[in-house]
Amino acid sequence: MNETITADAIASSHPRTAEAAAEGEASRQASAIEMQGLHKRFGRATVALDGVDLTIEAGEFFTLLGPSGCGKTTLLRILAGLEEADDGRLAIGGRDITEVPPHRRSVNTVFQSYALFPHLSVRDNLAFGLKMRGMAAAARHAKVDEIADFIKLGDLVDRRVDQLSGGQRQRIALARALVCEPDVLLLDEPLSALDAGLRSQLQVELLRVQKRLGMTFVFVTHDQDEAMVMSDRIAVLNGGVIQQVGPPREVYEHPANAFVARFMGHDNLYPVTGRQGSRLATALGELTTAEAGEGELLLIRPETLDLLPGEVAGDNHLPAVVVERLYRGSHAEYRLEVGDTTLQATLNNRGRHLPEVGDRVTITVAPDDLITLSE
Amino acid sequence: MAYTGVMPSARSRAMVREARHLLFTVAPGAVWIVIFLVLPGAYLMGVAFMTNGPYGLPEMPLSLESFKRLAGFGFLGWSPGNLYTLLRSLWQTAVSTGLVVLVAYPIAYYITTCREKWRPIMLLLVVVPSWTNQVIRTFGWMNLLAPGTPLSGLAEGLGLIAPNMGLYPSSFAVTLGLVYNFLPFMVLPLYAAFEKLDTAQVEAAQDLFASPVRAFWHAVFPQTLPGLLAGIVLVAIPAFGMYVIPELLGGGKGMMLGNLVATQFSGGANWPLGAAGAILMLIATFIGLFAMRRIGKRLGGGEEVVI
Repeated sequence: MNETITADAIASSHPRTAEAAAEGEASRQASAIEMQGLHKRFGRATVALDGVDLTIEAGEFFTLLGPSGCGKTTLLRILAGLEEADDGRLAIGGRDITEVPPHRRSVNTVFQSYALFPHLSVRDNLAFGLKMRGMAAAARHAKVDEIADFIKLGDLVDRRVDQLSGGQRQRIALARALVCEPDVLLLDEPLSALDAGLRSQLQVELLRVQKRLGMTFVFVTHDQDEAMVMSDRIAVLNGGVIQQVGPPREVYEHPANAFVARFMGHDNLYPVTGRQGSRLATALGELTTAEAGEGELLLIRPETLDLLPGEVAGDNHLPAVVVERLYRGSHAEYRLEVGDTTLQATLNNRGRHLPEVGDRVTITVAPDDLITLSE
Repeated sequence: MAYTGVMPSARSRAMVREARHLLFTVAPGAVWIVIFLVLPGAYLMGVAFMTNGPYGLPEMPLSLESFKRLAGFGFLGWSPGNLYTLLRSLWQTAVSTGLVVLVAYPIAYYITTCREKWRPIMLLLVVVPSWTNQVIRTFGWMNLLAPGTPLSGLAEGLGLIAPNMGLYPSSFAVTLGLVYNFLPFMVLPLYAAFEKLDTAQVEAAQDLFASPVRAFWHAVFPQTLPGLLAGIVLVAIPAFGMYVIPELLGGGKGMMLGNLVATQFSGGANWPLGAAGAILMLIATFIGLFAMRRIGKRLGGGEEVVI
């Protein structure tokens, strides 16, 4: 059962980690990445990147998040050197590498399709980068054994690639890049081909490996849940422009604009039709916010709502009818109607009463949890 | 003890069904092969070991006379003529096949880089010439390469050939004709190999510190090897036995083994000798195929190359 090993076991078995710990983490210096004014267009019409300025800190797990066509993969490919920016500068570890070809960059990539070489054994796949860099055969052999043990696939090194399962291939692709000890590891949707269970398991493994090695990881995904679980910071991209950069909580709880909010999965967005100080008029009724924002959209996160049985009067109390309930065990997702307007709510299942479809309820929300956004 | 009665009959029924299945699927092909390959092959084999009669037809008794003559022992002692023909055939095949590889490899690669909707059209363009009769195409080359044509004039002007010689007839013309004729047989299997290749692998190689040249050599080339070997077999075997092209483009000089064999059967020359020549070609071909398999296995990392 190679699929079920834990990342703890992986990470603690890595010799370099022990060494690094002994030397007070001094043996490995992670590299920061600086991007300035990166532009890229394909053909005449397609703008992939429209002026990206971004700094990724050394040792950070950084995620580029966005829908397909947002430019996240193009940005990753520019970091790898597989794509050349039309304009702008790129530096890794303080060194300008804008025009350095991919084979001269100390950057390695885990490809979405893994791109393992089918004509080579697992061992030769793992040794490929070391061989290209001119490492002697004996040293290569030792290194490959080390990394294969590290990912707990030591018994697979003499297999052929087509004899591996999806999860094993994913690990080999990761190991093939890690064994080169790059300044920066790039990951292009590396888990998207795996089924849900294996995927969440490998998310945790990947995260722990990154924390142990202290390497700078740049991760591309279109899955906001995956981005939130793994990242130190997230950059949300749309139309080749960075919409917001921040830690997962900030991006989720205080999205910079309506695009980010929708992409992070928020559906409860209501136009503000009038305002008086901190009181906002919306299709739901009048609500009080803590912060007097300028935005023309009100965001209500489903999990900040509470439902009281029956009709209760009060500030930020909205009378509603339950239209739909999806019971998910740990929580329940509600669709409610306030007048003609629908609203999503999520209730924790802490042994309390969960209203049924058709029940009349009162929605309550704290002023602190209401924020306004711009389109 | 009903068991002993029921089971075998069920099994035998299944066997009958399977036999009938085999009869309808395999039998037509098997009959075809027996009538048109095995029997004529056996006949040819027999002819090769018979004596040459007064009209060039085989006669009894059995003898090794034809093989001796094929090896160059004639009435006037040993002559190297046939040996030269064999060597020329091998050389011509090797050179032509090599050139076909050099021309076809970039073409096949280029087609895979085209947009998907254009690829069938590009492949069609490669294949279309072979829809014309080979003899007609070869006559076309005769007209293009004959003395006094622009191409011959150009070659003269560059000092490549003597004045008024023309590019045809020559062994160069034979090589050209072979390369032209067999190009599609190399392009198609190479294209199939290229098409299977994930371009991300080329990027992965570069990402793993391989220069473009090394990325090609270590990541691309080995994966096109099965296609390349299949193409070499598809080109080299028919080229080795080629009759029409050396006959028409080579004049007297470019004679290949196929021409030697054909001459013995036509004009009432010597059937047993022709049969012996045909068997020699068959043996040479099998040796070549065997060698290709070995090479393919070694280079392909144990992957079986289907030939």
